[in-house]
Amino acid sequence: MASKAFREIDLNMGPQHPSTHGVLRLKVSIDNEVVLQVVPVLGYLHRGMEKLWESQTYHQIIPLTDRLDYLASLSNNFGYVLAVEKLAGIEVPKRAQYIRVILAELQRVASHLAAIGFMANDVGAMTVLLYGFEARETILDIFETYAGGRLTIHGMRLGGVPFDMDETVAGMIRKVLGTVPKTLTDIEGLLSDNRIWRHRTEGIGIISQSDALENGLTGPCLRAAGMAWDLRRDLPYSSYEDFDFDVPVRTSSDALDRYFVRMEEMRQSLRIVRQALDRLPAGEHIAKVPRVLRIPAGEIYHSIEAPKGELGFFIRSNGTDKPERVKMRSPSFINLQSLELMCKGNLFSDIVGILGSLDIVLGEIDK
Amino acid sequence: MPDVRIDAAPLADSFERLKERFPESILAVAFVKGELSVSIRREDILPVLRFLKHEAGFNALTDIIGIDNLKPVPAAAPVLPTGRTGETPAAPPAPAPQKRFSILYQLYRFPEACRIRIALDLEEGETVDSAVPVYRAADWAEREIFDMFGIAFAGHPDLRRIYMPDEFEGFPLRKDFPLEGRTGGV
Amino acid sequence: MIDPGERHPFLLAKLDQLISWSQKNSLWPFGSGLACCAIEMIATAAAKYDISRFGMELFRASPRQADLFIVAGTVTKKMAPVVRRLWEQMPDPKWVVAMGNCAISGGPFPTYAVLQGVDKIIPVDVYIAGCPPTPQGLLNGLITLQNQIARSHPTLEIFDRDARRTD
Repeated sequence: MASKAFREIDLNMGPQHPSTHGVLRLKVSIDNEVVLQVVPVLGYLHRGMEKLWESQTYHQIIPLTDRLDYLASLSNNFGYVLAVEKLAGIEVPKRAQYIRVILAELQRVASHLAAIGFMANDVGAMTVLLYGFEARETILDIFETYAGGRLTIHGMRLGGVPFDMDETVAGMIRKVLGTVPKTLTDIEGLLSDNRIWRHRTEGIGIISQSDALENGLTGPCLRAAGMAWDLRRDLPYSSYEDFDFDVPVRTSSDALDRYFVRMEEMRQSLRIVRQALDRLPAGEHIAKVPRVLRIPAGEIYHSIEAPKGELGFFIRSNGTDKPERVKMRSPSFINLQSLELMCKGNLFSDIVGILGSLDIVLGEIDK
Repeated sequence: MPDVRIDAAPLADSFERLKERFPESILAVAFVKGELSVSIRREDILPVLRFLKHEAGFNALTDIIGIDNLKPVPAAAPVLPTGRTGETPAAPPAPAPQKRFSILYQLYRFPEACRIRIALDLEEGETVDSAVPVYRAADWAEREIFDMFGIAFAGHPDLRRIYMPDEFEGFPLRKDFPLEGRTGGV
Repeated sequence: MIDPGERHPFLLAKLDQLISWSQKNSLWPFGSGLACCAIEMIATAAAKYDISRFGMELFRASPRQADLFIVAGTVTKKMAPVVRRLWEQMPDPKWVVAMGNCAISGGPFPTYAVLQGVDKIIPVDVYIAGCPPTPQGLLNGLITLQNQIARSHPTLEIFDRDARRTD
């Protein structure tokens, strides 16, 4: 029918677009502003990481994993080194485990600040981006003082962490534990009861709990859908069982709930950092791991609760110092599958808000 | 079938029921470092996945992993400048003939927090039934394996490349594909 | 391109200075943020490393409105035609900054999917090394570009397009 042919419009968003969080291309089909179909086209940042890893030693892969989820590079390091240590049977000293937890939780705060900042910026609240980045800079200063890098940090090694936590860094962390909650309160004051924010995020991008589970959604988005799934609590790694923290869960599963979950997660992360810093045990900061690490043939799958979701590494070793196969289970890749379900039936202008609440990173998606 | 002792209770229970239901499908079992890995026949993947999802409670498919088992041909013994050949190391025992590709399905059960890995092997040119009817999360993971290895999944709703451009020739993660790529690939 | 021995009219030289001064202090970047470097670019634009001090806070989303193309991140072979098309859409005068090791020469990725340097498809004015370069590094590169623009001769370009290069 002629009238039907005119009503449906196919639009292309990206790959270069200010709000697609990287080089994501979305082919959107809309009917008078209502979204009918969203088909993501990926691969614009596919760098061939997994192939590259097969020709690198286990140690050399760690800085390459930094470039996956570049907003939370310590989490990538964490997931990878834990998988290799489990495969090789390397025991990590308790002090190193605590330092890793501190670094990972600070990285989670930094990642969520960026995520909420970008989501708010996409929806129009640019101030929140600037506030969030200001707070993030204080955390990145800690990473720079500790390991030398701000963004791609390479802050974990096989067997522990590269440096011991000294008084300077501990002092900076304590300062941050005081200042970041104030920024969080500011951001909440700007957004949580803001009529425009609510109007643009409440009831938008809903996905049912069963759909979420069926499509493999993990991370804050799944917790906003009502499932109390958190690998730090269910399958604890690196001494997470020593710490007291809550797992925020919400039920409406819209963009607003994902925002609330992330805000609460940041507060809980700071709580964990405080506990870890107060109870930091004495000991070594790294185990003795040979420079040429040969791992006998075997395979392992290990995953962690990264800021974006379940980040997993499958490693198959073959007796040499280079892995046979390393596969990364990318949370954003699997989470992005749910985008279409979340966008269907919403207005075209909501796609950007939903994509922001989903919190994806193309480096991780495209590997 | 080798007798494997599994420590985690819900996992042991699921495995017993799996063994009962599909006695001929299971080719090998391994329980190493707390991970249960079950190798099954290629044809039985869909019934096994259905059983695991609906009856054993593995409600989440975490990942599907593709592996190319092609081993590099060992280099010839090196010849030293004086004409003597280098010491040839003792030839390794011939490995059991392994199929070209393996596909591993990593499943997870929430909230009991157990994992199981189902493995299957296949030769070049063979197809596997797509897991999408059972777990929707398999969608893009299978497309990725198709893109990177060239393994076709029968019954997948939309099997096409996901990372490489559609007109790309070759399958990058195969062992015989060079890291720098081939000219004329893109 | 002016030969150092050649005499250049005084008024045109003064006009050059005026035009290049206004150009360099109001560059509008086209944020082609591709990967990790994009985050550092955004951090440079944020409050702590304020790129607005240099007149560059107006990141345009459309290439038609921008004059500085910051290639921040890995350019893959799939993305290369897109980058080329975006660069072609930018009106003259335009400058290109290759930010980060990936844009300079492929970075840590010598793989089948990565273009080993964005200068294979578009001409680059300033290369900023780093993986990613810190905001201070990016600002240093941008100031280098500003100095390069200050030495250029825009009045010549009115008559001769190839005169744009100062090197």
